[in-house]
Amino acid sequence: MATRRVPLVLLACGSFNPITNQHMRLFELARDHMNGTGQYQVVGGIVSPVSDSYGKQGLVLAKHRIAMAKLALQSSSWITVDEWESQQPDWTETVVTLRHYYGRILKEHERSTGMHNNSSGRAALLASPSPQLKLLCGADFLSTFKVPDLWRDDHVEELVRRFGLVCISRGRLQPEQAVHESDTLSHHRHNIFLVREWVRNEISATEVRRALRRGLSVKYLIPDSVIEYIHQHNLYTEDSERRNEGNVLRPLTKQAQEPV
Amino acid sequence: MEGQSRTKVVLLACGSFNPVTNMHLRMFELARDHLEDTGQYRVVKGIISPVGDGYKKKGLIEACHRLEMARLATENSDWIIVDSWESLQPEWVETNKVVRHHYDELAAEQNDDDVDTVKYSKKRPVSLLSGCPQLMLLCGADVLESFGQPNLWKQEDINEIVSFYGLVCVTRSGSDPHKFIQQSDTLWKYRRNIHIVHEWVTNEISATHVRRALRRSQSVRYLLPDTVVDYIKVHHLYTAESEQKNADVVLAPLQRYTGSN
Repeated sequence: MATRRVPLVLLACGSFNPITNQHMRLFELARDHMNGTGQYQVVGGIVSPVSDSYGKQGLVLAKHRIAMAKLALQSSSWITVDEWESQQPDWTETVVTLRHYYGRILKEHERSTGMHNNSSGRAALLASPSPQLKLLCGADFLSTFKVPDLWRDDHVEELVRRFGLVCISRGRLQPEQAVHESDTLSHHRHNIFLVREWVRNEISATEVRRALRRGLSVKYLIPDSVIEYIHQHNLYTEDSERRNEGNVLRPLTKQAQEPV
Repeated sequence: MEGQSRTKVVLLACGSFNPVTNMHLRMFELARDHLEDTGQYRVVKGIISPVGDGYKKKGLIEACHRLEMARLATENSDWIIVDSWESLQPEWVETNKVVRHHYDELAAEQNDDDVDTVKYSKKRPVSLLSGCPQLMLLCGADVLESFGQPNLWKQEDINEIVSFYGLVCVTRSGSDPHKFIQQSDTLWKYRRNIHIVHEWVTNEISATHVRRALRRSQSVRYLLPDTVVDYIKVHHLYTAESEQKNADVVLAPLQRYTGSN
């Protein structure tokens, strides 16, 4: 009897300041890879832009970042943008965001298999594997675990043990190295999926913002609809890049306050 | 300085466009930004000229498809167009002849009376006087380096392109166009007609990679415009079979220049 594939949802957290073709590529690459393992069936993707309280320099208002992401993903049949994280009063730890979405996914799953139950009996519920939610990220993300006070140890543990990571390589960054150098990551390496991006495609939002400030073209790096939005609202200027200048990133202050 | 002191430029990109990708399109945008940033030029048009089937490159699918995909890709561009002249020629056409063809067309468009003068002038195109834009060949650094490949180019054709027209070369990581120019006497002599554009974001979306991904049923979304992705799907282009096309045939330039006629 063939084992049923595990339904999988991919969640990408980040600034999306602005969303780029490369962000969307991450999803496509991850989906191909995870489906290719034969164990998973990717059923959805979620883009979750960080809230304004993250305090990162140059971060424009969440409402714009969300609007742009929605425009960019209009043509996608499986990736959606979710505003929950951006609507929270304070910056939300990644693990908390994962827990939130996972709760939602489970509820949805129970609801749909529950309906099966009524019509075709309990067998339907037993055969359908429980869905999983994994965090989708670039290789640079793994190295953030090393930054002092940016992550809580118990959160890193929960992230890789309970959820899992799908990590796309970027440039010359070797994610295998980061996994190797961390005991926690190493211990859960079976739940960390490293995807090689063979085409070097380093479209970073930072570079896009830089180009926009200098009046240079970003066509074909981000969707046309997003470019239009940016021009309409005059986002990404020298002023916008100075936003939060000198501020401490919220995770660093929030986690310092918490009791050990 | 603004306005009339700027030389009008048309950028012409020749290539397989098999298929056209976001990288090809980026090349145009980068080149335009670069030239206009010098203050000396105003880029008025970009032309994509897909090569004819007679080129006989391995994996080259029919020109009609490559043309249509390029058209779909440039639908939303207000300055880049696709030209089918090259692809409609029965035999493969040398690049300098394609450039010459487009130059003649531009000259004819611009000034009917002065066509003869412009066409037969031995000097650099005097755009300011005739109003005819300067035509430059747009390419990646790999094309520049292909000048050094035996029997791929005729020396006099390279000379014509760099001396009479001009080259805009967008770098790709791993290549050093300045070094290459340095090492070639011809290129060095006309280095002022060769504009090197540094790609500030590494963007190596190669058509080869795209074809490979398609053969393996992997996603190429966001590497090409959506309309092109859809077209490829609808027409079932780029399979293991299509990649074998011309596998046992010699590339047209090599055939022509090694005297196998």
